[in-house]
Parts: sequence; structure tokens; C-alpha cells
Amino acid sequence: MAEGIKDKVVILGMGCSKFGERWESSPSDLMVEAFEECIADAGIEKDQIEAAWFGAGIDSFNVGASAMPLSIALRLNYIPVTKVENMCATGTEAFRGAVYAVASGACDIALALGVEKLKDTGYGGLPQRSRGVENDMYWPNLSAPGAFAQLATGYQAKHKLNKHDLKRAMAHVSVKSHANGTKNPKAHLQREITHEQAMNAPFIAEPIGLFDCCGVSDGSACAIVTTPEIAKSLGKENLVSVKALQLAVSNGTEASHESWDGSYLKTTRIASQRAYNEAGIKNPKKEISMTEVHDCFSITELVTMEDLQLAEEGKAIKDVLDGTFDADGSNPCQIDGGLKCFGHPIGASGLRMIYENYLQFQGRAGARQLTDLRLGLNHNLGGFPHQNICSISIIGPYG
Amino acid sequence: MIGITAYGAYYPRGRLSKKAIGDANAWFDAGLTALAKGERAFCNWDEDSITMGIEAAQDCLRSLQSPDLCTLYFASTTFPFLDRQNSVVVSEALNLDSGVRTMDIAASQRAGTSALIALLEAGHSKPGLLVASEHRKAKAGSRSEMLWGDGAAAVTVGPDNVLAEFIAAETAAVDFVDHYRGEDSSFDYDWEERWIRDEGFMKIVPSVIDSLLSKANVKASDIAHFVIPTEQVRTPAALAKKLGIAADAIIDNGVALLGVAGAAQPLLLLVSALEKASPGEIILITGFGQGCDAILLRATQALNTYQPARGYSGAAGDRREETNYNKFMSFNNLVQRDIGKRGEADKQTFLSGYNRRKDLLTGFIGGKCRKCGTVQIPREKYCVNPDCHALDSQDDHQFSAEMGTVKTWTADRLTFDWNPPAYFGMVQFDNGAKLMMDFTEVEEGNIDSGSKVSFHFRIKQFDTQRGFRKYFWKAVISE
Repeated sequence: MAEGIKDKVVILGMGCSKFGERWESSPSDLMVEAFEECIADAGIEKDQIEAAWFGAGIDSFNVGASAMPLSIALRLNYIPVTKVENMCATGTEAFRGAVYAVASGACDIALALGVEKLKDTGYGGLPQRSRGVENDMYWPNLSAPGAFAQLATGYQAKHKLNKHDLKRAMAHVSVKSHANGTKNPKAHLQREITHEQAMNAPFIAEPIGLFDCCGVSDGSACAIVTTPEIAKSLGKENLVSVKALQLAVSNGTEASHESWDGSYLKTTRIASQRAYNEAGIKNPKKEISMTEVHDCFSITELVTMEDLQLAEEGKAIKDVLDGTFDADGSNPCQIDGGLKCFGHPIGASGLRMIYENYLQFQGRAGARQLTDLRLGLNHNLGGFPHQNICSISIIGPYG
Repeated sequence: MIGITAYGAYYPRGRLSKKAIGDANAWFDAGLTALAKGERAFCNWDEDSITMGIEAAQDCLRSLQSPDLCTLYFASTTFPFLDRQNSVVVSEALNLDSGVRTMDIAASQRAGTSALIALLEAGHSKPGLLVASEHRKAKAGSRSEMLWGDGAAAVTVGPDNVLAEFIAAETAAVDFVDHYRGEDSSFDYDWEERWIRDEGFMKIVPSVIDSLLSKANVKASDIAHFVIPTEQVRTPAALAKKLGIAADAIIDNGVALLGVAGAAQPLLLLVSALEKASPGEIILITGFGQGCDAILLRATQALNTYQPARGYSGAAGDRREETNYNKFMSFNNLVQRDIGKRGEADKQTFLSGYNRRKDLLTGFIGGKCRKCGTVQIPREKYCVNPDCHALDSQDDHQFSAEMGTVKTWTADRLTFDWNPPAYFGMVQFDNGAKLMMDFTEVEEGNIDSGSKVSFHFRIKQFDTQRGFRKYFWKAVISE
């Protein structure tokens, strides 16, 4: 029986670029910005990195194919670099590669870096792109908001909800994240919004309005990981370790079989339960102190709270409106602003979430510092509600 | 006995208010004001002669007792493809056997009647299907834009359960150029209406009909239903009078409310006549274009018990008013619209990939697992049932006649669509399968989780760069 990843790997250093519309910055500029912070934090030399995992979500509008863009941007010393892509779960996927490499003993120190340059398309929202030769012939030409709007209609139908009540809770999710974003100097959006603004914004894809959508940003984030022993030997204290790393990938059941009703994310339920088992978590509500979830849209965050067992099924609206997930609530969500306001450079997002966990556990989160932290959970969702990849990472103090 | 054994019709639901055409164009041609009453049928952006033809054929075949066909003829002057047999697309969408003989018949307003004569005179022992469909493009602000409409009709011709028996047919092939469209033109070029009436209709048609009646030993006064397709409103009555046919026998061309549907018009009016006819009554159908076809049919007792699915009156009555002339212009590519950068994405169809999935894309065929009975679409190698996952266990299962329910949906205003917002969602089929698919013909407020849907063959995307168009099935809210 496999033991899992718990406490086998610690974070030696992390870095994250400013997210936003970085018109002046190339993907290389963003990578270097994140990496320079990270390596300084790690306190090692670049040549001590033995292997790297590079995450980039959308090749055609970003850096192009292969792992070379990372090696070239950082002038790595001909070390093995692996390119990973798993839609919006790409950042966590890069992290998983580096962590597994260290845990396996194949290398002592590994790098994970994610980058995305989304603002070279010439229009708002995610780039329009092919979904594959055959899929393009029959899939609806759905945008991300169009796909996730259906989570709202599915959730609403399942729980027989009033459209207005659901929208009010969705608005609360966004208002909360905007408030959190004001305390994060690296966030793309650092401006508060009102409940009325969120409620009355024009529809992008009914019932998702403008303020229900996350930012589409340029940015990069990275981590250097190693074993606890090496970190200690380098004089590191307050070690932050990996407690669980899980991934669940749809196999077509949700899209094609009647057993899924469209009101929840099957992969999130599966991956999070596996992660709780891996981390030894029995009561997520009590043991998880903070979450960074894939709030690509407000409805995603709301439903994810239930799928992570942080709210009872069908009851997330009440918990959201009661402030359970606000900065001062019992289980703060998106304390850094989330995808909503920190922004969503696809390949970097998973690492950005871990970055916030890392800062929080090291007491370096500044104005948004939380207290009494036990464990942090990060959740990425790549794809659409009916067909997706879910990654979960759980981070906490070593030991 | 040989004759018509089933019929079907289709008009696109869109009805453009002619006042909207008049309001937009009378500044240039004040004469249009006189025509600016009523409405005309027009294709949605995702409809063309193929999709309408399939709708009409489905309507026809739904009422046919034995759908074992020998031929499929498809008549139109507005085929989407000049070199890719359009009738084969129709045949595959209808899931007909590949041994059914297919043929496109084009290039004349009497393409429909000529094809009908060919079928009636062929003497096949099995029914043949004739589909006629027309999506004529008229210049903005033209009289044709006011008078024409889009539509399709279908009939089967065979020896069993005949609704209208073939008596005789006659043709005059005369190169009378009332209008034409050359290979490099998008639009027809026509001549003066009065000349067409006096030298065309009033001279060519009577001689053919006289000859036909004489040959069949039928008196003009015996004609109970007279089909004379034309947008010239007074010409049918003038012809009836000249021939001695009763004025009340004329089948209305529907110029005021539907528009004249080119090569499909004679068959649409034939369907209308069959809905009105009583056993024993004689129907005279003509088609005018480079001469004239004339066909005599006699209604049989079988009409009394025949149950059409939708038919002419059903198609004519299923309508959605449109008062936005700009939308009509866009749908017919009469204006260069800024479609935004999302619309610029390459729409190339990779033909080898298309060919692999043609059963899904054209036939709307999924699978049914022999092991667990789960119906699914698309069909993959392993069964989708989480408790089964059997390999290569699925038989073909047709989805086109299924009904379904909307599980989830949205109106997407971000993605590119020719008629935004783009409606799509998860459809639960009554057979248990599920598919994320496009909706079409959605009117704001008429879609919700739980809405019932039926499935329709429509254009999915245009590849304007390469002159190709993709088709797939879409869900339509059923009343």
C-alpha cells in the first residue's frame, strides 16, 4: 500500500510575479520575475536545481511547445525540464512533477514553474482555440463562462433554488474576493466592488455576469522543493510541507452518462476525498484553515465548498451569505483575492495558490495574514463542469 | 397504380415582416411600399437547402408506412455544394441505405416538377423520395426579396398506399430566359415582369396544359386543384381563366405570408393541394422555367385515412416574427458584419477526421451497449456506463427521432455566434444518453431546465476561407 506524499517534500522557496495585464512583459520576463524571488527565497544557487517541471496552459498564445522556453528564459544548465499541460490544473501539475521527483529520491532539489501570457490575443476572456479535430465538429462553441453557467442552472434545478437567491450568494463570493484583493499588491484587481454592482452587471453567460468571472491575466509563479532533511541542512526553519497531492480526471461519465446531474463537480469530490485520506484529514471543516479554490466563476467557488465537504450539500448559499468563507469567517477562501482578483494566468494559478499558503504558513502574508492556521487546501479545475481535471494540494507546517 | 404515397413540408420558422424590408429600402425604391404587407419565410443563419430538405423529408417519411426507398432525388437551384452531391448528405442524415440511388437536380425553377415526372414515369417497385428545397438569395431592397421565401417539400412516389394517382405528364422545353444566374453570380438577373407574364406564362403554360388535358382526356373544368408557382400575384387567375379552370381551384402561392420558394414551390403547393383534396379530385401541378412541366394526379380514397405529420399547414403555421431587417441581411450575407476577433478563429474541417465521425455528425448515430443496454453518444470504444465499460460492445443507435430534456443551459454572450447569444447546454435524451449540444430557434424566456427538445440537422459552422460548411444536430425546444 502506497504511503502517499505527506511530509516527504518541503518547499524551499517560492516566487510569484505581479499578475495582471502585463502588456510590457514577455513570458520570459514573467518567468524571470517569479524565479528571481523564488531562488532568493530558497537561498540556493541556480545550479543546485537538478530538474524542472514547466507548466503552460495554452501554447498558441503563450510560449509555444516544449520545455525549452523555461530552460532558455532561466538559462538552466541543461538539466532535465519537463513541459506539462493539464488545462487550468497545469500549475499544480508542474508542482506535482517536482514534488514526486524529490520524493522518489531521483533528485534533491527540483523546480516547478508555471507561466501564462493571455493578454496577447487582442480581446477579453480566454483565447478562442481548437478543442481537437473531432471535438470541434460537434461540441458547442462554448466559452468558459458558458460552460460554468451550466453549473449554476444545474445546481439551481437540483436544489430547487430561487434564481435570485443563488445570484445573491454568487455576488457575495465576488464581493468577498474583491475585498481580499485590495490587500494583495500582486493582485490583478485591487478594487472593491459592491453587492449591487455584482448583481446588476451585464450577463456574460446567463446567470454569470461580468463580476462573476475571474480576471484573465498574465503572470508566473514558481516553487523550489526539496526534502525536509536538506531544507534543515540549509538552515531553513518553519518548514512548509506537502501533505497531499491528488488529481482526478473525468472519464466521460459526467458528459455522457445519466448518473451525473450537472449540479456538482464529480472530480472535485473524488480528488479531495483522496487528498484528505492522503493527508490524514478526518474533518475537513475543522482541519482545513484556509482554501484557495478554482473560483474561475463565483458559482464554481460556491459549489466547490460543498464538493470539498466544507459546506453541506445544497447549503453553501447560506454559508456563503453568513460569511463562513470571508476573510474573518471560520474558513477563509481566496484570502489572496483568488482567481477572481489575484488573476488567472492558467499555467501559474496552481502555484500561485500554493504560494499564498506558503506565505501564510510562514507568517509573511502582510495585511492579509491569517492566524491559527492548521492546513491549507488548493483546488484547481481544468476544463468544464461536465468534463474536467481537478487537482488538489494540501499544504501545512512540516511534521 | 403509381403516385404520391406520402408528403411533408417545411418552412423555416423565421418570418420577416415585409414592413421591415419596406422601411429599410423604400427611400431607394418607393415602389416597395406597395409590397410591404405581410411577411416572408426566411432561413435562420444555420439553415440552408440541405437542412430544410432534411426537415421536409423527415416530415414526409414519418407518415410513410414502408420507408424502404429505392431513390432519393433532391431538387434545388440553391445547393450549398456545387461539387459534393447534396442528396447524399440528405440521405446520410436520414440514415438511408447507401444503396439508395441519389441524384441532385438543379438549374431550373422546374427542377422539382421534372424530378417528380422522372419518378412517376420510372415505375419503380419501391418508393422513391423526392426532396425540393430552396434558399434563394435576392439583392437587398429588390422586389424578389419581398416576394420570395425559403422552404422545402418532400414526397414519396411509389406503387403502394397511393394518395394521389399519376394520370399523365407533359413538358415543353423552351429556353425562355425570364431570369438567369451564371456561374460567377450570387444573384439572379431578371427581365420585365409584364413581358414574363405575356410572353412566358400566358403563352408557354397554356399550350402544355392543353396538350396534357387532351392526352389524358381530362377537361379543364374537372381540375379541382391547380398548382401554378409564381410570385406574379394575378397570373394564376389569368391562366385559369384562359384555360377554363375554376378560379377557386388555384392553390394560393402564399406570396403574402410565406413567399415563393423557387424550385420547391410546386411541391410545397402540391402538399397544400393534397391537404385540401378529396378522393377522386384531380390535381394539376405545373412548374415554370425554361419551359413548363405539367402533371395530372387524381386523389384516392387513401387520402381519407392518411395522417400527415406536419404538412403544409403545420409548416406554414409554425412561425416566429422577425422585424429586424439587419438580422435578415446578416443571415443572408448581404452585409459585411464585424463579427469580432473570436469569429476569426479558423474553422477548417479536417476531412479525414470528419469522415471518421460521419455517422455521429451526419447520421446522429450513437451506440447501445449489448452488455448493459446503456444508450450513449458519442459512441466510444468502451461503454460509458461506470458499471460496465465493456469494449466494442455497442450497436448503432439512431438519435435523430429521439426526444430529450434540457438538463442545464446557458445563453453565452462571450463566444462567437451568428445569432448571439449562443444557447447550448446538456441534453438528457429520453433513452438515457446525454450530450452537451447547441440549441437553435430559442426565443428568450422559452428555455429552462426541464424543457422538452427535439433534434434537427443544422449548419454548425461556416469555413468562409475554404467555402465549406459543417453540419451537426441541434436541439430545438418543442412546444
